[in-house]
Amino acid sequence: MPLNTAPHFEAADAFYEALIDAHRDLSVAQSHELNAKLVLLLANHIGERAALHEALAAARASVLRDTEPKEPR
Amino acid sequence: MDYQQTVFAYRRSPDHDARVPVRHPVVVVGAGPVGLSLAIDLALQQVPVLLLDNDDRLSTGSRAICFAKRTLEIFDRLGLGQRLVDKGVSWSTGRVFLREQPIYSFDLQPETAHERPAFINIQQYYVEGYLVERALELPLIDLRWKHEVSGVQPATDGVTLQVRTPDGVHSVTAEHVVACDGARSSVRALIGQEAKGRTFRDRFLIADVRFKDAVDFPAERWFWFDPPFHPGQSVLLHKQPDAVWRIDFQLGWDADPEAEKRPERILPRVRALLAHSAMKDAQFELEWASVYSFSCERMASFRHGRVLFAGDAAHRVSPFGARGANSGVQDAENLAWKLAAVLQGRAGDALLASYGAEREVAADENIGHSTRATDFITPKSDISRLFRDATLQLARDHAFARALVNSGRLSTASTLHDSPLNTPDVDRFDGAMVPGAPAADAPLRRDGRDGWLLRQLQPAQFTGLVFDGTHAAAAVHALREAAQGLAPLQVLLVAARADAALPGARTLVDHHGLLARRYDGTPSTAYLLRPDQHVCARWRRVSPDAAHQALRRALALP
Repeated sequence: MPLNTAPHFEAADAFYEALIDAHRDLSVAQSHELNAKLVLLLANHIGERAALHEALAAARASVLRDTEPKEPR
Repeated sequence: MDYQQTVFAYRRSPDHDARVPVRHPVVVVGAGPVGLSLAIDLALQQVPVLLLDNDDRLSTGSRAICFAKRTLEIFDRLGLGQRLVDKGVSWSTGRVFLREQPIYSFDLQPETAHERPAFINIQQYYVEGYLVERALELPLIDLRWKHEVSGVQPATDGVTLQVRTPDGVHSVTAEHVVACDGARSSVRALIGQEAKGRTFRDRFLIADVRFKDAVDFPAERWFWFDPPFHPGQSVLLHKQPDAVWRIDFQLGWDADPEAEKRPERILPRVRALLAHSAMKDAQFELEWASVYSFSCERMASFRHGRVLFAGDAAHRVSPFGARGANSGVQDAENLAWKLAAVLQGRAGDALLASYGAEREVAADENIGHSTRATDFITPKSDISRLFRDATLQLARDHAFARALVNSGRLSTASTLHDSPLNTPDVDRFDGAMVPGAPAADAPLRRDGRDGWLLRQLQPAQFTGLVFDGTHAAAAVHALREAAQGLAPLQVLLVAARADAALPGARTLVDHHGLLARRYDGTPSTAYLLRPDQHVCARWRRVSPDAAHQALRRALALP
């Protein structure tokens, strides 16, 4: 199944607030850790290989399009 | 016998004084685990082998210690499996720790009723020593120590080799040469080839530690991420025979290999590992240490005309997963029956080409797994380390993350899914015994005694496996007819009772029903197995014509 990028949240604004709130009082390093763990948790929930690879490709394309080129790390 | 001290005698060979270079059907270069396995396998198939080694000793240090089930099954066929299993330490459980906490354990052999364990640990010098002793029993193997290949000239009708010995240089010729001369293969360099891939910027210290008293510790593979006794790095622990333990310490790229090999650097690390355990006061000594870095690489092609490559000479992996020696021995098994068939006029060039096709794919599979494990164990960027640590922490509480934790995906035999030698299924089958799969072992009874399926498969022969049923007699007949004039073949009849018998087949009693279960062996089902015990075809009802086509295909005949 292809990646669904049409509106799909049960409650979009409530999710957005919860996402920001999940980072409350965290240091930047902790926030990065949270983001990484969230990616892994949600990726497993989705599970399906095609959707995950599409999401990764879409995110990477967005980064490369919308930010200044950086030295690869 | 102390295999680490053994020195083999150099003998001046008659070839050295021959007026014209002596021609050999097969010359195998390198008497390590892969070259020795290949030589023994060829000899068992009646092929004379000249086996050359540039040295006169076995491996120093434990080196490759984890020998996988499939490799043990190959060693059984070569006639030394039991000796290795008796000496080795059998294991199948692995445990993974993050700091002091266990986060994950795995069982590499959850299915019971197999003759061999998932792994044995045994020092490489024992494996080589036992292989040499087996080789010395076989008069078709001519094993020459201190014979170094210094020149290779391949030609259309054979290969000429210059061989340097303590008595000087002489030439021999060969119909085929198989280079099993390791990661720094000189044969590979001499024909102008390379292995290409990736080197990892990290170093590991490996140490063999011998305890003075028996250690009461389970035979399990233990892997630590960031343990308190070696912060920020990984450690791996394996039990070996002779009260020797193998400990691998990750050191990082900036470590100085020479400094780290010194006992005064190593002993404190070992004491720190033991300090929080019941063995904190145990006495031990350091038997051997080495610092290694690792690469995943392979030759683009494992076959260059009459020169073939197997083992580390063809492909190299990082050690996490024990895929080096194991895949090399599996290369040798794949090649031996094909070389024998070609040399004995049963097959042609296309069968040798299939060696490359099949084993290059297997090497890629091994390289893929080893690379992923290495990236997890030694993350190469800050963000890679972030995700790695996130995975480890989630694994404490969440099952999904445990499946991601990669301390090494341990070696399993490759299923040769897309091999040109396979006959694709036309019937529906369940289970793992697809064309290209290594045959699964199963318990049975034969002639009133307990036995195992894989022990019934003869070296050098194809095997027809027929499940008893209304059309079993026709299947036996079809397989036997098909093999006439093509290849030696034996037929095994799998039945519920010993009194089931058919002419031209030997009866195996499937007393636990596991053969039928593992092979989806409904009545009259027939399998065709290659001499290397891989499935190449299977049918619900086989006709003589289908069997004939499948056997021709397995031999890569047009």
